[in-house]
Amino acid sequence: MKPTFKTLVVACGAVVSAFGLGAGTTPAQAQGKTITLCWAAWDPANALVELSKDFTAKTGVGMKFEFVPWTNYADRFLNELNSHGSLCDLIIGDSQWIGGAAENGQYVKLNDFFTKEGISMDDYMPATVVGYSEWPKNTPNYWALPAMGDAVGWTYRKDWFARPDVQKDFKAKYGRDLAVPKTLDELRDIAQFFQGREIDGKKVYGASIYTERGSEGITMGVSNYLYDYGFKYDDPKKPYAMDGFVNSPGAVKALEAYKDLYKCCTPPGASNSYMSEGLDAFKSGQVALQMNFFAFFPGLHKDPNVGGDKIGFFVNPAGPAAQATQLGGQGISVVSYSKNQPEALQYIKWFSGGDVQKKWWALGGYSCAKSVLNDPSFPNSAPFAKEFLQSMGMVVDFWAEPSYAQLLQAEQKRVHDYVVADKGTAQEALDGLVKDWKAIFKEEGKKF
Amino acid sequence: MNELSASSRITYRAVMVRPGVARRIRGLSDRTLAWLFITPTIVLLLAINIFPLLWTIYLSFTNYRANRANVPTIWLGADWYQSILTDPDIWAAMQVTAHFVIWTVVIETVIGFGLAFLIDKKFRGHGMWTTIILLPMMLSPAVVGNFWTFLYQPQIGLFNYVVAFFTGRDASSFQMLGDVRLSPWAIVIVDAWMWTPYVMLICLAGLRSIPDYIYEAAEVDRASKWRQFWSITLPMALPFIMLAVLFRGIENFKMFDMVNLLTGGGPGSTTEVASITLKRAAFESWRTGYSSAFAIILFVTVFGLANIYVKALNKVKSR
Repeated sequence: MKPTFKTLVVACGAVVSAFGLGAGTTPAQAQGKTITLCWAAWDPANALVELSKDFTAKTGVGMKFEFVPWTNYADRFLNELNSHGSLCDLIIGDSQWIGGAAENGQYVKLNDFFTKEGISMDDYMPATVVGYSEWPKNTPNYWALPAMGDAVGWTYRKDWFARPDVQKDFKAKYGRDLAVPKTLDELRDIAQFFQGREIDGKKVYGASIYTERGSEGITMGVSNYLYDYGFKYDDPKKPYAMDGFVNSPGAVKALEAYKDLYKCCTPPGASNSYMSEGLDAFKSGQVALQMNFFAFFPGLHKDPNVGGDKIGFFVNPAGPAAQATQLGGQGISVVSYSKNQPEALQYIKWFSGGDVQKKWWALGGYSCAKSVLNDPSFPNSAPFAKEFLQSMGMVVDFWAEPSYAQLLQAEQKRVHDYVVADKGTAQEALDGLVKDWKAIFKEEGKKF
Repeated sequence: MNELSASSRITYRAVMVRPGVARRIRGLSDRTLAWLFITPTIVLLLAINIFPLLWTIYLSFTNYRANRANVPTIWLGADWYQSILTDPDIWAAMQVTAHFVIWTVVIETVIGFGLAFLIDKKFRGHGMWTTIILLPMMLSPAVVGNFWTFLYQPQIGLFNYVVAFFTGRDASSFQMLGDVRLSPWAIVIVDAWMWTPYVMLICLAGLRSIPDYIYEAAEVDRASKWRQFWSITLPMALPFIMLAVLFRGIENFKMFDMVNLLTGGGPGSTTEVASITLKRAAFESWRTGYSSAFAIILFVTVFGLANIYVKALNKVKSR
């Protein structure tokens, strides 16, 4: 009986295999390994889920995703890293985290891995390497692979700009054609022009800008003005020496200009506005201009109400001293507390591949690879591709020090107090910021 | 064999198997038995309450940061306490907290007692009205914070439209959450809306505990309703009112979730209550030592004030 039963079982197994009944089993399940990738919950994350299916198909390693809304993103994942949690095997962490994550041993250093696998940082846009991968900055110490290039840009209502009546009114008022602003002054004029104007029987407003208080919003917004007016984080010749750079006369004017834009030209109730509020204001047809990260532009372009021919994109306009923009975006790192480091590194190797990077861009992610960005067809590959490329060439980032969160909080408070809460003057706000930042660096043991 | 005899047999067998244990248990004094029962609770209390408190006190004297566990911990003495107590930003946060606590407690007590007084009259449908009034306190503060953000929205918010309807002002001409003068009141209004029913419930319990015969005696003595209110209702309901004030005072002193959702402490720092400052120091800046010292200061403040208040409450009750 026994041999007969065994034969029957084997035969059944053979039949099942022959008819492909087990074909639904993925290699991942077969291998039994799954890794978790942590990031923010937004459009590019959905693109990454789609992209990662290829990784699972190729390697047999399953992918799980932990996406958290932007407002809780830093809280949630910094808590996870600081408590040495192993939830995330891979993390797409914000650019400012890199100093703390590197110094506190939370990210795996990738230099040896890059050398072994032939991954070169020369193959990526220099700004993204400095911004997302290096710590200390401008040294060949890599803690992440540039994953998602991003910067602050602007969208505008192309259809409103094209209206003859609107153009006529604008020319009559400002003596020039209504066109994409090249300077921050022009941007202000356009925003003021649209503020309170009736379009199709609906009252519209000038611009949606970042004013959020709780996390990083107003800092990410005001920086686009500060940089253009000559603000520097510190003396380029003497690190951490901030007097006369953070609170320079240009920086004071920048802060005043940002406040002026907020007061004159934003919709009512925009006192705590960040990425999603900006998207809401633009998508609902409330505003003519919107400040937001490029990451949202593919989604906006597809929007049935304001996308397509109705939307245009432009880079942050120039100021009196420079033309720069705030860096966004992130690198992908392996968490040092991960129990699946080999598979996580395998993912990074796969992600760095040229074809994967091309597909990443095609799906709505922003590749940082030169092979994608320097391709002659890239500027015409999307209506915002040229502007993205231009922006990535003029990005500046916030401090990426281990104490970045404290530095950020201080700026959030000082700037919001002045811009939104009308407390004190711009000079007082920036002098106060220098004082706060000095105290933080002093506590960190920095010499300046 | 019936069930009783079966259980007796089991007991007998147990005694037979471990006679020593049974004898020992039988011989325990009441005191020992009491200790035996409360020991697990005490151990749990020590582990999740007392130890963290002592640990927090220790950390408050050090430079410890939870995100830099590899940095050597240095004893700083009372440095953090000194820096907190002399920091104008901390005092500003305490002022914001005091404004919030005082006004919410006053408004909730006055309206809560008023509602309880009306509901106590047992009119037709009073049960339904009681349920309707209690609805806000059954909601999660996160939900309340989110939907009041929409209600306060200057362009589409119902609140602005109601104000505009009664005052004739343009609905989008003012913003409750973005204006430095209005935002402290915006958070007071939401808290009062949510927690007045809670105060009402406690006051109602107080009013219902007053025996009817006292009012009957007052009627016989021809005391007016006004006099009855001041001489009977209010004094006899006072311990309950004071209890409600204590509960709301403590709760609002540590208010975080609702304010964080409504304003995030803004505009500027206009609504940055102490718990938001504390959260930012502890879990955004990761200044664990500093935030521990701040937490201890807040704890001592609440504990001290609550103790003084409880003594006053006991005096009122013993009258």
